[in-house]
Amino acid sequence: MSDKELQVRGKRELESEAERTKPGPVFVPAVDIFESEAEITLLADMPGVASENVSIDLHENQLTVSGEVEPFISEKEEYLLQEFETGTFHRQFTLSDRIDQSAITATVKDGVLRLVLPKAEKAKPRKIEVKAG
Amino acid sequence: MTIIKWRPGRSGYRFDPVSEMQRLQREMHRIYNTLTGTWEASRPAGVYPHLNITEDEDNYYVRTELPGVDPEDIEITTQDNDLIINGERKIPAEGENVSYHRREREAGSFRRITSLPTHIDSGKVAAVCKNGLLTITLPKAPEVKARQIEVKPA
Repeated sequence: MSDKELQVRGKRELESEAERTKPGPVFVPAVDIFESEAEITLLADMPGVASENVSIDLHENQLTVSGEVEPFISEKEEYLLQEFETGTFHRQFTLSDRIDQSAITATVKDGVLRLVLPKAEKAKPRKIEVKAG
Repeated sequence: MTIIKWRPGRSGYRFDPVSEMQRLQREMHRIYNTLTGTWEASRPAGVYPHLNITEDEDNYYVRTELPGVDPEDIEITTQDNDLIINGERKIPAEGENVSYHRREREAGSFRRITSLPTHIDSGKVAAVCKNGLLTITLPKAPEVKARQIEVKPA
């Protein structure tokens, strides 16, 4: 067991400028983003989101990640206590590096999305020979 | 009393009657339960993880969001009316040659204890963790379930 105890943090609700067509709360997932020489990796906490309900969109250098949580409560159930709400997860990033779109991979495990964005191969340095005239 | 959050946006606040009614209904349940003292927990506890508790005729359902927690690292204990959820969230290191741009996800251990309104049948408690959402089904003890008694003709 680690010494550190997890502190409770409420889910951050998205304050969007654009109006959504679908009602319901929208949350901002907590993310880790790290970069190596070859790729950028994004990890996002999206509990309750199945892999088929994740959508990833990369347009120009705008990356949009969203995920839908399917309702899991049956009609017969009544609330005794509700400390968290569920809804859609949504977050957008602007990428500074060029990404090789065809090689992007995404996996979901235990409610965490792992998105690997390989950097596009940069133009290789060319050596220009100077010929004697 | 809970204050309902006002969500301002550039485009204005959209009033959604259905969800507002549902919210009101939940609030009424909570107020009723607080007043009658049948249920002590009516506001979010400042302890990780947050829980949602529901009931139907036969069971209590305790749900919590534990993204990135290996189901093997979750320990659930029941005792009388109490439910204890213990666990640890691990975030493995991602190699040496990486530089972090953002680090919002946290690792650590957690322990949450909650009491259910009535006795439960602790032998039949079941827990499923799917997509980082843990659902614990706790059947109510037979003696607390409403029973219908048939009247037989003499």
